[in-house]
Amino acid sequence: MAESRPSLVLKEYRTLSEIRGPLIFLNRAAGIAYQEVVRITDPDGVMRLGRVLEVSGNHGVIQVFIGTAGLDLKRTRVRFMGDVARLDVSPAMLGRVLDGAGQPLDGGPPIVPAASLDINGSPINPAVRAHPSEFIQTGISAIDGLNTLTRGQKLPIFTLSGLPANELAAQIAAQARVSGPSGQAETEPFAVVFAAIGITHREVTFFTEAFQASGTAERTVVFINRADDPSIMRLYTARAALTTAEYLAFVHDQHVLVIMTDMTNYCEALREVAAAREEVPGRRGYPGYLYSDLASLYERAGRIRGRRGSITQLVILTMPDDDITHPIPDLTGYITEGQIVLSRDLHRKGVYPPIDVLPSLSRQMKAGIGEGKTRADHAPVAAELYALYARGRDLRRLIAIIGEAALSDEDRLILDFADRFEREFVGQGQTNRTIDETLDLAWELMAMLPRDLLTRIPERMLQQRVWAEPDDTERAR
Amino acid sequence: MSNKGRIIRVAGPVVGAVGLSFPRLYDVVRVGHLGLIGEVIRLAGDRTTIQVYEETAGLRLGEPVISTGQPLVVQLGPGLLGQIYDGLQRPLTRLSEISGQFIERGVDAFPLATDVPWPFAPRVQVGDAVGPGDVLGVVPETPVIEHRVMVPVGVRGRVSAIADGPLTVRDVAAVIDVGCGQLREIRLVQTWPVRQPRPVQAKLDADEPLITGTRVIDAFFPVAKGGAAIIPGGFGTGKTVVEQSLARWSDVDVVIYVGCGERGNEIADVLEEFPRSIDPYTGEPLMNRTVLIANTSNMPVAAREASIYTGITIAEYYRDMGYDVLLLADSTSRWGEALREISGRLEEIPGEEGYPAYLAARLSEFYERAGRVRCLGTGRDASGGNPVPRIGSLTLVGAVSPPGGDFSEPITQGSMRVAGAFWALSYDLSRRRHFPAISWTQSYSLYPLKRWYSRHVARDWSDLVGEAIALLQRADELEEIVQLVGPEALSDNEHLLLMIAQMIREGFLHQSAFEGEDRYCPLEKTYWMLKAFITFYHRGRRMLDAGQGLDAVRALPARAALARLKEEPAENAATSIKALVDQLVEGDA
Ligand SMILES: Nc1ncnc2c1ncn2[C@@H]1O[C@H](COP(=O)(O)OP(=O)(O)OP(=O)(O)O)[C@@H](O)[C@H]1O
Ligand SMILES: [Mg+2]
Repeated sequence: MAESRPSLVLKEYRTLSEIRGPLIFLNRAAGIAYQEVVRITDPDGVMRLGRVLEVSGNHGVIQVFIGTAGLDLKRTRVRFMGDVARLDVSPAMLGRVLDGAGQPLDGGPPIVPAASLDINGSPINPAVRAHPSEFIQTGISAIDGLNTLTRGQKLPIFTLSGLPANELAAQIAAQARVSGPSGQAETEPFAVVFAAIGITHREVTFFTEAFQASGTAERTVVFINRADDPSIMRLYTARAALTTAEYLAFVHDQHVLVIMTDMTNYCEALREVAAAREEVPGRRGYPGYLYSDLASLYERAGRIRGRRGSITQLVILTMPDDDITHPIPDLTGYITEGQIVLSRDLHRKGVYPPIDVLPSLSRQMKAGIGEGKTRADHAPVAAELYALYARGRDLRRLIAIIGEAALSDEDRLILDFADRFEREFVGQGQTNRTIDETLDLAWELMAMLPRDLLTRIPERMLQQRVWAEPDDTERAR
Repeated sequence: MSNKGRIIRVAGPVVGAVGLSFPRLYDVVRVGHLGLIGEVIRLAGDRTTIQVYEETAGLRLGEPVISTGQPLVVQLGPGLLGQIYDGLQRPLTRLSEISGQFIERGVDAFPLATDVPWPFAPRVQVGDAVGPGDVLGVVPETPVIEHRVMVPVGVRGRVSAIADGPLTVRDVAAVIDVGCGQLREIRLVQTWPVRQPRPVQAKLDADEPLITGTRVIDAFFPVAKGGAAIIPGGFGTGKTVVEQSLARWSDVDVVIYVGCGERGNEIADVLEEFPRSIDPYTGEPLMNRTVLIANTSNMPVAAREASIYTGITIAEYYRDMGYDVLLLADSTSRWGEALREISGRLEEIPGEEGYPAYLAARLSEFYERAGRVRCLGTGRDASGGNPVPRIGSLTLVGAVSPPGGDFSEPITQGSMRVAGAFWALSYDLSRRRHFPAISWTQSYSLYPLKRWYSRHVARDWSDLVGEAIALLQRADELEEIVQLVGPEALSDNEHLLLMIAQMIREGFLHQSAFEGEDRYCPLEKTYWMLKAFITFYHRGRRMLDAGQGLDAVRALPARAALARLKEEPAENAATSIKALVDQLVEGDA
């Protein structure tokens, strides 16, 4: 991107007028640029970085990445660097652990830059996007069978505190493969870019160990901003991860899986900045531009026509107050291509992964499944499972009120189906299932019901199945 | 005097400047060394406030601001159809050729191909008197749309020259002597300011339905051609799928699809699908009747606001040629939020939920641009002889994305007041994968279309619809009773009603937008399906009256047949379903 870089000597200012939260306000700062990076030297001579959030008249509002503690009005010096924030990138980042600014945290040597990229990126021209339609087999039935993920999709996991979202994400990172038309997994695995955003030391350790254990570590770039790191850096950690992903995907032709956790921490950092600027708050104190800001991250997933690489995003967010209508999950759901919703109820029943399939959704599913991609019966089977399980859940609510006595035989069968569906289909534990195994299991469960209950499956497909023996010839096809 | 000022403030998409002489509200300006496109949105003293349509990072205090002295306009002419534009009508395919796969700043390109020769066929002769809207000649823009080159608004006189044969958009098609020795050259391409509605002779009653191929809409909640409908719903409830189904199957001539602040992958989907999907009315690829405006959620927020106006102006232009046009906006909430964001940066006093006080006014101005109209000017019949009035229509369908799926918020409320059809999407239905998740209890249509249906489809159309809706509502009430006291409390008649309601929901209202045969349901099939369900109900009532009991009704073979009516091929649906209905009436099904 062609930034106009002034060649004049970088001037230093000592004109701070105010320090408020993560922000400093500067006077008599002519010629500064919006979003320009600044270097701030504190009274002890220690340097920290910041960025211009607003310029007006001759003063500027500057956000200080690692916080304003220790700054003063008289001796603090500010120098404008003449450029927007950039990240040094290189293919050698794979296997490394870095902070949000790209500095090594693993004791290794600094990254020798192959390129230096604007961390905000530029929007992909919608006219050159390729519609994501290649099936990713995650090995998890509730996802592959009912909420299928495709290469280039962005899908969040909505979790609640205490539920195993991290385990699920790590399992997906280890197992995810792209299946070819024959149903055979492509050998080429994903490169993983992992952004830890404001998570605890324990969680960071969990992920790094999981990556080691599954052999994922050497194809992973890890960016870490811990809960006790400066919160403003959370805004940069996410962007650093996505900038790296774009570089690996669109310069080095890699298929990249980006995992970001926890987006709730990201949004809180954004709110902190908005509050310090005394902006008019939107819903629940989050800024009115939260939607646009999140979109500027999530929309960096995708495929581009004529390029080999791709970016698939899996982001984790904890729903505050267990509330899916809270602005963070709500706006995320409005941007992402579906959502995987975890349920405390299932978790309590010992179901792992505790995915509640009813509110879960993958919008790319229809493009990624069917004849030649997964199987011809995939879409109708998924529709049927949904309809039956939804009925089962309704019946459970009903018997909670009126007791089981009033149920018909048909109702009882459906209740049994719903139980087995949760226990066997969803609750698969740590196993890694192929899509064939997933769909065959679905037929096996449906076989407990009379045929004419299965109205979402075309007649000819029902006829093809030998009804008494569910896991028959389909695989031999 | 200069038209050049300098930047004194940058806050997100809002830039302040001083030093511009005589800036006018809504003038387009070029901002900074990169020449970013912006629009004047406020004037106070020497100070001009500008909303910038491109990313402002890197703009420096003191950089220049240059006024073009022109409002934001669109270029109108042959070659619009099949194109994909951003919110400012920049041709996105062309931009990708210039600057690659990512959108860079300060890049621009003319919206129409300038080197394509269009075979222009004149419709007037030298010496003819012409006025605004009169058709000077036509070019075949696509195999389905004849592009009518019209006399611009404000021009009246005699034709003093007229072209015949191939012309590029910038060539002169006609010269008009407007009197006092003044000549006006008319080219294939014309401009129009987007914020100004294009004039018409008269607005007419909207009394003909837009046929969509979606049963719940066509039967229960139709929108008139020239009317407006809104689709509010929480995330994932099916707004985009409904809009895309409308774009595919509606019986209109031209479709303008505005992706306003939504997903890039959805645009990619349309771009991949529409060129190879076939319009059921013309047999031609859908792209030949479609213009896409894409300002995705990661593209600059101010251009999101402009995209709605760019889209509707292009739509009005085709309406003025005498076509039925459908404008789909997904999502109007993102447009409203763009207004809110800009308003916040202007430090205006916020109204409800932070939206500016003028939100409701902007919404109604927008929806008022819908209508069935008598266009300016007259057409001529094919022989170029007798003048005939030209009727066109512009139907608006806006998706609304209420926070938390709660319809009490300002954009849903403001849009409800002005749109005549309300297709409320239900979170509960979508969770059950009942699609389209259009709630039959919350939705409504205010358009008086009964006469049309009884004249063009069947005399008993409205009776059937009325009975079905009443039945579904009664079933919802009964279900609540069951939830409280259990099913024993109901009579056999009530059980029958519950059963029929369930059958109608599954067999009639549920309609997958993706599966072959059922994606599009012709009106005739919709009618016969509905008739079959209601006839079955009446049959069941008769059986109960005759003391035959519910199980006998349940065992009727027609019950299973009804569940699969959707799969019936459209061509013979009328005959085969009619046969079933006859059997039900006679009592042998
Ligand atoms: N008519 C339909 N037939 C089959 N599936 C549907 C239908 N409508 C919606 N769906 C399913 O619901 C999903 C979500 O629909 P859609 O993308 O239209 O939601 P939306 O309301 O536009 O959400 P958002 O506000 O987040 O954009 C689709 O991807 C599809 O799986
Ligand atoms: Mg949508």
